[in-house]
Amino acid sequence: MAHAHESNTKRIWMVFGILSIITIVEVVFGIIKPEVLHLTSFLGTSPLNWIFIILTLAKAYGITWAFMHMEGEKKWFRRAVVWTAVFLIIYLVTLLLIEGGYLFDVMSPLTKWNY
Amino acid sequence: MGATIAVNSEDKTTWNGGGNRPFGASYGKMMMWFFIVSDALTFSGFLAAYGLTRFKFIDSWPIADEVFTHFPFLHGVHAPMYYVALMTFILIFSSVTMVLAVDAGHQMKKKKVAWYMLFTIIGGLIFLGSQAWEWKNFIGGSYGAVQTTDGKILQFVKDGHQIALSDFVVEGHEERVQHTRKNGLWNESEGTLPSYSVNEVVNSYKNDPSVLIRVEKIDLSTKKKQILSREEGERYLLNAKQVVEGANLHVNEYGNPIFADFFFFITGFHGFHVFSGVLINIIIFFNVLLGTYEKRGHYEMVEKVGLYWHFVDLVWVFVFTFFYLV
Repeated sequence: MAHAHESNTKRIWMVFGILSIITIVEVVFGIIKPEVLHLTSFLGTSPLNWIFIILTLAKAYGITWAFMHMEGEKKWFRRAVVWTAVFLIIYLVTLLLIEGGYLFDVMSPLTKWNY
Repeated sequence: MGATIAVNSEDKTTWNGGGNRPFGASYGKMMMWFFIVSDALTFSGFLAAYGLTRFKFIDSWPIADEVFTHFPFLHGVHAPMYYVALMTFILIFSSVTMVLAVDAGHQMKKKKVAWYMLFTIIGGLIFLGSQAWEWKNFIGGSYGAVQTTDGKILQFVKDGHQIALSDFVVEGHEERVQHTRKNGLWNESEGTLPSYSVNEVVNSYKNDPSVLIRVEKIDLSTKKKQILSREEGERYLLNAKQVVEGANLHVNEYGNPIFADFFFFITGFHGFHVFSGVLINIIIFFNVLLGTYEKRGHYEMVEKVGLYWHFVDLVWVFVFTFFYLV
């Protein structure tokens, strides 16, 4: 258990730097909201939203692999955790978002916006 | 004595899951990972439900930039995003100090572990305080709105910017006494009355031609909330039911009630995780000070709570994206 570990301090600060830069980029995009990205549509939502989602997944990868030290675990232990979670989450989110779209299609014509 | 306790107290070892280490991971670490998987699924359930509801009301969902606009010491300044970005940094930074504590633990540097644990705890407490402040602003509200009989929220704008009720409402002479158990039906009471009555708001709107009404409906070509003409606004106000200030679980000034419900539920559940994480960190911090892990010969316990702490950070990254950015 008590391995003779070399210090990873430098790498930790580097990952922190990357995570910070990603967050800053997200905030800048969130405040400016460039119209080309915000008002257009790509695969069901705006390209801006896709950028946010991809950057979020990049951050999640950084936290899990570097901070939670997933990179150091045995391959199949890592897969038991990551594949299970990723598969179930994608499954759930896909079904629920499709259902949400249907609910909108059914309900929005019944909502009155003129008086 | 030795026959009645499962743990051998002679050589100060603790139960270690039977000594088997499948995948090279100790019992405690593996179970922490599996707990994290199940907790991640719980949070995904909440966020997916939030997504479903948002898709259901995709043409009228509140716009985050118009809801979360506060920053400490900047009163009246429209500052969307900065505050949650700051909270994100605080949490990521406390994750860094946590991972540094784990790193110092590998090298058996007790003092360093203790200091980094302390920084982590402080970071967690600052985050909790920030969240409390965020909730305070959300619950108190800053503009006020009118709710119609069919539940729609009408906000007021001037020159394209939202204005508070107090910016244009002229107080009338009517006074409405709050219904408490003492002055009305003995078995009923009502919540705090809003600052203005519906009539006062409607009359002030009619008297001030520069005030326009903004409805929840989103114009899909600009992704902005629709602003009504003066005449249209007056017709909407015919259906005014109550003045809304701030947010609770039934009604809020930002739009759909379920938006506030999800806000309270998801950030509250996350905040509760941070809170319990801070408590666990404090316990481990004192164990470090007492030299428990020094005696045990390894700091794996710090690593295990570290996993939980990073997970809390991980969840916040997603809450940040789906509540404030997307």
